[in-house]
Amino acid sequence: MDLAFMWSTFLQLLSGVPLTLNLSFTSVAFGAVFAMILALMRMSGVRVPDVIARGYVFVFRGTPLLVQIFLIYYGLGQFRPTLQEWGLWGFFREPYWCAVLALTLNTAAYASEIIRGGLQAVPHQQVEAARACGMSGFLLFRRIVFPIAVRQALPAYGSEIILMVKATSLASIITMMEVTGLAAKLISQTFRAIEIFVVAGAIYLILNFVITRIIMAIEWWLSPHLRRPPSVEPKLEAAHV
Amino acid sequence: MQQLSYFELVGFGPNGWGWALLTATAMTLAVALCGFLVGSVVGTLVAWAKLSRNIAARWLADGYTTVLRGIPDLLVIYLFYFGGSAALSAIGSLFGAEGFIGVPAFVTGALAIGIVSGAYQAEVFRGAYQVVSRGEIEAARSVGMHRWLMFRRIIAPQVLRYAIPGLGNTWQLVLKESALISVTGLVELLRQSHIAAGSTRRPFDFYLTAGVLYLAITWVSTYLFQRAETHSMRGMRRAS
Repeated sequence: MDLAFMWSTFLQLLSGVPLTLNLSFTSVAFGAVFAMILALMRMSGVRVPDVIARGYVFVFRGTPLLVQIFLIYYGLGQFRPTLQEWGLWGFFREPYWCAVLALTLNTAAYASEIIRGGLQAVPHQQVEAARACGMSGFLLFRRIVFPIAVRQALPAYGSEIILMVKATSLASIITMMEVTGLAAKLISQTFRAIEIFVVAGAIYLILNFVITRIIMAIEWWLSPHLRRPPSVEPKLEAAHV
Repeated sequence: MQQLSYFELVGFGPNGWGWALLTATAMTLAVALCGFLVGSVVGTLVAWAKLSRNIAARWLADGYTTVLRGIPDLLVIYLFYFGGSAALSAIGSLFGAEGFIGVPAFVTGALAIGIVSGAYQAEVFRGAYQVVSRGEIEAARSVGMHRWLMFRRIIAPQVLRYAIPGLGNTWQLVLKESALISVTGLVELLRQSHIAAGSTRRPFDFYLTAGVLYLAITWVSTYLFQRAETHSMRGMRRAS
């Protein structure tokens, strides 16, 4: 183990971290919105949107992400004249946007199931109580259902975010130079696979550790009812009086 | 030249890529299965270490599962692909072999998948072991079974029964991960589609077909795992 080499590798790989985080958070953000729509489609009780959402989830969870990335990045190139005509070619020409699109579509499928689980786990009594107070529709959703569902879905959503951070490594295959892409480039230049692997792995572990901590902090912040009440020390003087 | 229709392209005719795609699908299944089996062996050992009373073993096993589940699979594949050949060449030079010795892509792929899926399977096996009732193990001890006999007759069958749903999930992960092996040049389904797409300039058709084939495999394996689950639970009473 050559520590000086590992340090210089670390500095080089750090320059890929912004792109890794950028890809993760952009796709998680877009994916969350899309997942919410899919979950509501599944729970709407109307047949057509329900079947569409089911099919979507089945297809995107059943195929490898790399196939989805290739289908969007290379595959859509087959329709270049049409895309140019529609003015969309500028979007699909960029590997960045193709990666974001593929990651978004992929995470939406997984996250919609997480959100659906959270929504379904909202106790009926809470909804009934809210109805009894005269809430309905969007107000009920915003004040009662959504906050409880978010609280319940958060741990699973946290692991989905970690999975997304790991999944961004696939963007390196379509030329995005994030951490894994830089690591692969360095390995093929120096052939020192183990040292570079250790450094790149450490960077991912640090990223995931920090994200886990942030999710845990949000969980703690969202569930004040589960925290132990601040213990009130009995006043010492009182005993003497 | 006239544009081939989609079905001529992926069919079994003279210009069709049908056989190539099917062979590649078989390769995907083979590498995924081998990786899954390697993962089962690794997973069993790691689960054993996690459940042992030895602190060092537990610590090592926890480190292994945390690290392997926290870093991208692609990175592990690169490690095995580049690192494996470097290590093998170094060992080779000790024995007087000259130059570079490459590890076959299949072995690289199966090992990389095995090492990653081992971390997931370890958690599955550990969870399943903890569900096995303590009374059964005490009973086995009290009739004088030794560790190995008890493992074979009492623990393994029950752990496997409870592990089936978790193993099903891991198998799906492994299957999707096997697509990443294409970066090492192993001609599995995705690699073959890439080659076909390049030589016919019909990338969309081929990646779509690859997607459909992957979907078919996942679909069939979901069904098989469900069958296995109902079969293994046939003697259990269900609280419902």
